[in-house]
Amino acid sequence: MSITTNPPPEPPKLKPQTEASKKPFGSRWLGQLVLLGPAGIWLLLLLVVPTLVILELSLVADIRPGDVVNPDGFANYLRAFAPLNLTVIGRSISFALGTTIGCLILGFPVAYWIALQAPKKWRNLLLLGFILPLWTSSLLRSYAWITILRRTGVLNSIIGIIGIPPLELMNEPPAVLIGMTYSFLPYMVLILYASLEKLDRRLLEASADLGATPPETFLRVTVPQVFPGIAAGGLLVFITSLGDFINPELLGGASSMTVARLIYNQFLGQTPNWGFGSALSTLLILLVSIAIALLLKYGDRDAKV
Amino acid sequence: MTETANSPPQQHSPQEDAIVDMSQTRTKPNLSWQSIFTVAMFLFMYLPIGVLGFYSFNESRYSANWEGFTLEWYQRLLNDARIFSALQNSLTVAITAVAVSAVLGTLMAVGLSRYRFPGKSLYLGMSYLPLIIPDIAIAVATLVFLAALGIPLTIWTIVAAHIVFCLAYIAVVVSTRLADLDPNLEEAALDLGATPVEAFIKVLLPELVPGILSGCLLAFVLSMDDFLIASFTAGAGATTLPMEIFSRIRTGVKPDVNALSVLLIFASGFLAFLAEYLRLRGERSPN
Repeated sequence: MSITTNPPPEPPKLKPQTEASKKPFGSRWLGQLVLLGPAGIWLLLLLVVPTLVILELSLVADIRPGDVVNPDGFANYLRAFAPLNLTVIGRSISFALGTTIGCLILGFPVAYWIALQAPKKWRNLLLLGFILPLWTSSLLRSYAWITILRRTGVLNSIIGIIGIPPLELMNEPPAVLIGMTYSFLPYMVLILYASLEKLDRRLLEASADLGATPPETFLRVTVPQVFPGIAAGGLLVFITSLGDFINPELLGGASSMTVARLIYNQFLGQTPNWGFGSALSTLLILLVSIAIALLLKYGDRDAKV
Repeated sequence: MTETANSPPQQHSPQEDAIVDMSQTRTKPNLSWQSIFTVAMFLFMYLPIGVLGFYSFNESRYSANWEGFTLEWYQRLLNDARIFSALQNSLTVAITAVAVSAVLGTLMAVGLSRYRFPGKSLYLGMSYLPLIIPDIAIAVATLVFLAALGIPLTIWTIVAAHIVFCLAYIAVVVSTRLADLDPNLEEAALDLGATPVEAFIKVLLPELVPGILSGCLLAFVLSMDDFLIASFTAGAGATTLPMEIFSRIRTGVKPDVNALSVLLIFASGFLAFLAEYLRLRGERSPN
């Protein structure tokens, strides 16, 4: 859920020769402990260990709060792959893919214009203005779409004036896709902008000089250069929307059950089942890891073309 | 994305222009279709916010039609004790979590930039986990873990869970700032006889302050915005603002929530500008 205007996480550069390496071993050890110890322990205790605990719990069938944990197999995972739940997983992936494609199509021209065509002194301000809505509550932004898309909402009042019959978008997949695309578009623009800004324009001119048509130049010169940005933006939007709970819950209704909502129901719903919820949660982490692994594998290779 | 793919023309000589891009002799570059599209997208981004603002002054409770101006929803909001107690809980959580994370996250960023040690890539990977793992999975893991240890849920369990992602975001922001710093400054302080602690507090820390502050603002906004992790780790009575809002809007459109949105949007807009100001100031200050 990054809202930062800084570029995506990058490991800090190592200083080759620092004062620490010149000092006796004991003080270096103490320094490491003081600097890295507290945060490390916190993350280990409240993130890594808990994730391992749900891995164990996911092997317990039909567990409810208070039961004794007694791992007995893969029943929960088999249940997750039952046809009904498989539909849910498939739907989550298609929502995430749809959102990624939507954000790419809507976000690319915006990032392109701000990075390459807008007056230079306005660029930072335009970018800031575009991502400003990210700073407002994600719940309320999604709630605003209820006001717009519901049967008696803004959209239907407006198209009603021109005589178009009301659209039933609320509580259907289109509403979820609109809400998710709206929610995550700023991330996409932010990352594409960072990538387009570094574009080598001389190559574009060279391509045109050598007789390429503008579409050819775009596909064969611009896109390969910004591919790392497209891949990074796509990945960020994909994993964020894969785990999104708010948009499907508020805009999707009963027809848009997703993995995140299913997990939520296993813990805070009417009939909790912690073991099944843990299994789904493990699967979600697995899906996200696969997406990241694919990016690392193919994103880098294509970036060098 | 095509006609103007040949970059702004102010960099070409007139002859080049004629060769490079015929289309631009017809249209001005800043009237490309991308610019019109961008304007449309700006409208798209601000439409929902505008709609909320508009309806927060609408007399009608249910209809999308304008039925007259009223401040009733704002008055109701100001007399709503539940909203205020939720806001108080949210602020308690966010301020405590950010304060702790500022220390832990900054120390971690400095430690990661300074030391090489066995298992460093593992440690680095762990520090990115909160940014990668979906919120729902973090929420589930924390709840299960707390239940396994028999720790009762209170407002402080939300704080503990929020520190996990707050410290990760602060560390990332501070790291980008650290990467731009001159490593010789601290060394010079040490050579001139400062102790490592003095060098850290008097030389490194002042340089990092803009980064730490903008990281804190980001973490604060994320903590105030978090619904999932808070609802999984909140004890009875520890309802935060997003939880309160969620329980109201899931049953439909509420005009007093519209009024609340407008107030929150102004608050977050202010924080966003503050963060951007700090970031720019940090970038400009000489290193």
